[in-house]
Amino acid sequence: MMNLSRSVALISLFLLPLLSFSFSVDNPTDRRVLVLLDDLSLKSSHSIFFSTLKSRGFDLDFKLADDSKLALQRYGQYLYDGLIIFAPSTERFGGSLDSKSIADFVDSGRDLILSADTSASDLIRGIALECGVDFDEDSSAMVIDHSSFSLSDGDHTLIAADDLVKSDVILGKTKIEAPVLFRGVAHSLNPTNNLVLKVLSASPSAYSANPSSKLSSPPQLTGSAISLVSVMQARNNARVVISGSLQLFSDRLFRSGVQKAGSPNKYEKSGNEQFATELSKWVFHERGHLKAGSLVHHRVGETDEPSIYRIKDDLEFSVETLEWSGRSWEPYVADDLQVQFYMMSPYVLKTLSTDKKGMFHTSFKVPDVYGVFQFKVEYEKLGYTTLSLSKQIPVRPYRHNEYERFIPTAYPYYGACFTTMAGFFVFSFVYLYHK
Amino acid sequence: MAALERIPPLVVASFLPHSLCALVIKYESVIHEFDPYFNYRVTQFLSKNGIYEFWNWFDDRTWYPLGRVIGGTVYPGLTLTAGTIWWVLNSLNIPLSVETVCVFTAPVFSAFASWATYLLTKGSGAGLTAAALLAMVPSYISRSVAGSYDNEAVAIFALIFTFYLYIKTLNTGSLFYATLNAIAYFYMVCSWGGYTFIINLIPMHVLLCIVTGRYSPRLYIAYAPLVVLGTLLAALVPVVGFNAVLTSEHFASFLVFIIIHVVALVYYIKGILSPKMFKVAVTLVVSIGLVVCLIVVAVLVALVASSPTGGWSGRSLSLLDPTYASKYIQIIASVSEHQPPTWPSYFMDINACFSPLSDASSFVVLYIVMSVYFSGVMVRLMLVLAPAACIMSGIALSQAFDVFTASIKYQLGEMSNSKDDVKEKISTNNETKDDASSAKGEKVAKERPSKKGKKKEREPADKPSVKSKIAKKKALVLPLEASIVALLLLIMLGAFYVIHCVWAAAEAYSVPSIVLTSQSHDGLHVFDDFRESYAWLSHNTDVDDKLASWWDYGYQTTAMANRTVIVDNNTWNNTHIATVGTAMSSPEKAAWEIFNSLDVKYVLVVFGGIDLNINKFLWMVRIGGGVFPHIKEADYLRDGQYRIDSEATPTILNCLCTGTNLSCKFVETDGKGYDWVRRTEIVKKNFKLTHFEEVFTSHHWMVRIYKLKPQKNRIRGKGKKLKLKTSTGFSKTAKKNPWM
Repeated sequence: MMNLSRSVALISLFLLPLLSFSFSVDNPTDRRVLVLLDDLSLKSSHSIFFSTLKSRGFDLDFKLADDSKLALQRYGQYLYDGLIIFAPSTERFGGSLDSKSIADFVDSGRDLILSADTSASDLIRGIALECGVDFDEDSSAMVIDHSSFSLSDGDHTLIAADDLVKSDVILGKTKIEAPVLFRGVAHSLNPTNNLVLKVLSASPSAYSANPSSKLSSPPQLTGSAISLVSVMQARNNARVVISGSLQLFSDRLFRSGVQKAGSPNKYEKSGNEQFATELSKWVFHERGHLKAGSLVHHRVGETDEPSIYRIKDDLEFSVETLEWSGRSWEPYVADDLQVQFYMMSPYVLKTLSTDKKGMFHTSFKVPDVYGVFQFKVEYEKLGYTTLSLSKQIPVRPYRHNEYERFIPTAYPYYGACFTTMAGFFVFSFVYLYHK
Repeated sequence: MAALERIPPLVVASFLPHSLCALVIKYESVIHEFDPYFNYRVTQFLSKNGIYEFWNWFDDRTWYPLGRVIGGTVYPGLTLTAGTIWWVLNSLNIPLSVETVCVFTAPVFSAFASWATYLLTKGSGAGLTAAALLAMVPSYISRSVAGSYDNEAVAIFALIFTFYLYIKTLNTGSLFYATLNAIAYFYMVCSWGGYTFIINLIPMHVLLCIVTGRYSPRLYIAYAPLVVLGTLLAALVPVVGFNAVLTSEHFASFLVFIIIHVVALVYYIKGILSPKMFKVAVTLVVSIGLVVCLIVVAVLVALVASSPTGGWSGRSLSLLDPTYASKYIQIIASVSEHQPPTWPSYFMDINACFSPLSDASSFVVLYIVMSVYFSGVMVRLMLVLAPAACIMSGIALSQAFDVFTASIKYQLGEMSNSKDDVKEKISTNNETKDDASSAKGEKVAKERPSKKGKKKEREPADKPSVKSKIAKKKALVLPLEASIVALLLLIMLGAFYVIHCVWAAAEAYSVPSIVLTSQSHDGLHVFDDFRESYAWLSHNTDVDDKLASWWDYGYQTTAMANRTVIVDNNTWNNTHIATVGTAMSSPEKAAWEIFNSLDVKYVLVVFGGIDLNINKFLWMVRIGGGVFPHIKEADYLRDGQYRIDSEATPTILNCLCTGTNLSCKFVETDGKGYDWVRRTEIVKKNFKLTHFEEVFTSHHWMVRIYKLKPQKNRIRGKGKKLKLKTSTGFSKTAKKNPWM
C-alpha cells in the first residue's frame, strides 16, 4: 500500500514537468500538434518538414481529415496546441471538426498552418476567409508567371519566388538566398486588414488563371497583389500561416535545385526548407513572442506604488519585457518601446531605455493636468506579438495647503494689506482717544 | 401671557412639516431622485474621512477620465450640516447611520424654516399663519420631504433666516445682528447657488430705501457690514472663491455699497455745513461725482463686454433672458428644473396666493415681486417664491380673520351692550384672539413704517395714520351673518388648502422617483428596477469598469453601484456630455468606437417602451449636435417630430440609443412592439446588435445594460459570402460531393 502510493507520487513527479510543459502563457511554444492529411502518403512525401518539427520537440499526431474520431477538444479542454491542415481537397472533416470549431481553436489562442492547393475545397477556402485571406474564386486557377518561373522543369506554374517579407522575426536571421518554389493557388488580402501580412508575394508579372485553358478575360488577380504565402496574427496573438501551395512543403521541392528564369544564379537547393522551417518556428511561437511583466511606477525617491499622483510629481516608470526563445524567457532588447501617459490622448510619450536585462524604464514629470490617467504600453511590431498594457492612475490637483503661502512677486500687495491694517488701527486709536 | 400662548401653535407649526414629511417614507427610508444621492455619497465620504479630506477630495469615479474636484465644486453647506449632526449624535452615543441623518435633514430644516418665517413675518397671528402655511406649501414640501437631501433643504431656511436678521438689524441698528446676518449669509452661500438672490435683493431694497428718502444709520449698519463681511466670507467657500468679486451677479451689491457711502457722506456733510454752504458743496460734488461715476460705469461695461458671456454665468443669463438657454446652451435648457414652469404648476405649487397685496413692508413687496419674476423664468426658483407667498398670505389671512372676528365681536357687543362682563366670560377665547390680532394689526401698522427707518419728521404723520386705521377698522364693521359666512368660507378654504397640501405631499412629492409605482386594474405595482440594476452592477462588474449612461443616472450609479461613470448630473463639462450624446445618437459602430475610446465597458439605457429615454433622446441629439456638428437634429426629425413608428427616418432607426431600445424586444414584452408612451407601433422590431450585447434587463424592463463586445479576434476576408460552415453549411457542400 505504502509502496503503491509512493510509486504514484513518483509517477506524478515525473509527469509533472511533462504536464506543465504544455502550451500556456508561460510557455507559449506549442507542443502537441494535430496534422490533418487528406492522404496518408503525404506523411512520407512531406517527411522532411514533419521530421524537422519532430526534431524540435513537437509531438505530431497524424490523422486523416475525414477520420470519424477527429476532435480538437475533449471535456472542454483542447487536446492540441497547434493544427496543421494539409488536406486541401477535403470537403468535410470527420468527427466533430468543422470550420467553426477551427475558428474557435484559433480564437482560443492556438496556432494553425493551413495549406490550400489547386482545386482547394470550399471548406479550406472558408477557413482561410475566416482568417482574412481570399483565395482566387476560380477553383481551377493557378499562379502563372512567365518571367520568374523555375527553370528546373520549365513549367510556368512552378514559381521561383524571392519576394519575401523583410522580417528577421518571421523568417529568421539568416537570409534565405535561394528562391522559394511554389506551385499552387493565388490569394489576396484586404489591404485594410492589419492582422494579415504577405510573407511571400508573387512578382509583378504573375497572374492567376487556369493554365490549361485560354484566357478569355483579363485575370482578376495580377502582379504583386497576389500573395503566395501569408501569415495572420490574431488579436489574441494566435498565429496562422496560409499557403496557396501544399507542394511548397514537400520533400521534392525541399530537395530540388532552383534557377530562376532570367537569373544567372543557380542554387543547389531551393529556399523551401529554410522558408518552411523558419515560418513554422514563427507560427509555433518559437520566435517573436513577447511577454511584459506588470507596469511598475513610483515617485522619484520612493519605491512603493502610490494610489494617486499629484500634478507635477516626478515619477519613475518601468516594465519588464521578455522574449520567448523557444525554451526560456530571454530579455528583450529594443529601443522603440514607448510608454504613454494617457487621458483621452497621450500627454506624455516617452521612449523607454533598456538595461539589456529585460527592464525598460524612464522617468518623467506628471503633466499639469488632473484626471484619471493611464500608463499605456502599446507595442505593435511586425512579427512580434502585440503588447497592450495599461494601468489606471488618478492624478489629483494640489491640496489646499500645498500651494505656496507667500508668493515673492506679491510682496508689495502683502505689504499694502498689512500697512493698511496697521494704519487703520493707529488711526482709530488716535481718533478715539486723542482729544 | 400672550407670548406663552403663542408657543404651542408655533411648536405645532414646527412639527407639522415633520409629520407631513414623514408621510413620504412610503416604502422605506430612501434618498430621492438624483442629486440627493450625490450629496449622500459626499456626506458618507465626509463622515469617513474628515473635513480636510473632503475639502481636497478629487473624485476619480465620475466624469471619467477627467475626474472631478468635489471639494472645490460643491456647495458644502448641506453636507457639513448633515455631517455635523451625524458627528454630534454619534459622540452622544446615538448610533444613527449616515443615511438616516441624510434622509431626515430636510424635515428638520423645514421646521427651522417655518420658525424663521414666523420670526420674519412679525406679529403673532400673521407669523403663525405664515409659518403654518410654509410648513405645508407644496412647492417647499417638494424639497423638504424626508429623503429629499438636496441643497435647497437647508438653503430655504438660511434664506429666510438671513432676511429675518437683515430686518432685525434694520430695526435695531445693532452691529451684533449685522454680524449674525453676515454669518447667516455665509451659511446660505455655503448651501446653495441661490445666494445671489439675497445679494441682489438686499441691495435693491437698500436702494429703494435711499430713493424714497429713508436713509438712516440703521440702514447703513444693516447693509455695509453685510457686504464687506459677507463677501469676505463668501470668498472662503471654494466653489465661490473669487467669483464673489468677479462675476456680475455680485456687482449690484458693490454699486449700492458705493452709493450708500456717498449718501452717508452727504448726510454727514449736511449735518456739519450751513444750508448755503451745503448747496454749493452739493453742486460741486454732484458734478465731480457724475464724472467719476461715468468713468466707473464705462470701465465696468468695457470689462464685462470683453468677456465672452459678458461676465455672467450661463445659468444667470438664462434668468435675465429666458430664451438664452435654449438658444446657446442646450444642457441648461435640458434640465427640466431650469425651464419656465407651466401655469398649472403655479396653481399646484403655490395655491396660497389668494391674497391681495396688503400693507406689507416694502421689503416683502420687493421680495415677492422679484421671486415671482424669477420663478416665472426658472421653475426651480418657485422655491424662493414659496416663503414670500406664505408671508403675504399669512398677513392677509390673519388680517381677514381680524376683521371678521372684530365685527362679530362688535355685533355681539351691541346685542349685549349692557352685559360687558358676561360677554367677556362667554367669548374669552374670541377676545384674546381678537386682542392679540388687533394688537398685532397695530403692531404691523406701526412697525412697518418704523422699520423703514423713517425720519423724525415723519413720525407725527404716521401716528394719525395708525389712528385712522383703527378708526377705519371700527367703520369696517360687517353684518354678523356676512362675517360668520366669510369666516366659515375662509376656514373651508384653509381646510381645502391643507387637504391639497397633504395630498400633494403624499402623492406628488413623496415618490422617491427611484422607486416607482403604478396602479393598474390588478393592483399596485412597485417598480424597483433602478436599484435592482445598480445592485446588479455592483455585484457583477469589476470595480474599475466604466459605465456610460445619460447623465441623469450618473449620481445614482456612483452612489449605489459604486462604478465609474462618464458623465453625471453635475453638468459641468458640456463637451463630455455631448460626446456621450453623440455616441448615443450614432450608429452602432461609431458608438462602439466612441465608448471604447472612453474605456467604457457597459452602457445603461432606460427602456423607451415604458420610461422616457426616447424623450431624453432629443436632448442627446441636441446636446451632441451643439458640439459635434455632424449630428444634425434634422436627420432625426420627420415632420418636425421624433418618430419611431412607420415614418421614422433611417438615421434615428440606426442610432445606438433607439437601436438598443428597439432591439430590446418590445416584441418580447408585449408581442407587438407597441410603444406605450407614444402609442405607436415601432417599425424596426428585430434589431440585431453586433458590437454590443445585452447583459442585464431589470424585472420590469425599465433598465437595460449592454456590454461592449471586445474587438473581433480575427478580421474576415471580404470574399464572396462563403457562409461560416456550420452543420447546415456542410450539408450544402455535401450535396455537391457526388459529382466529384
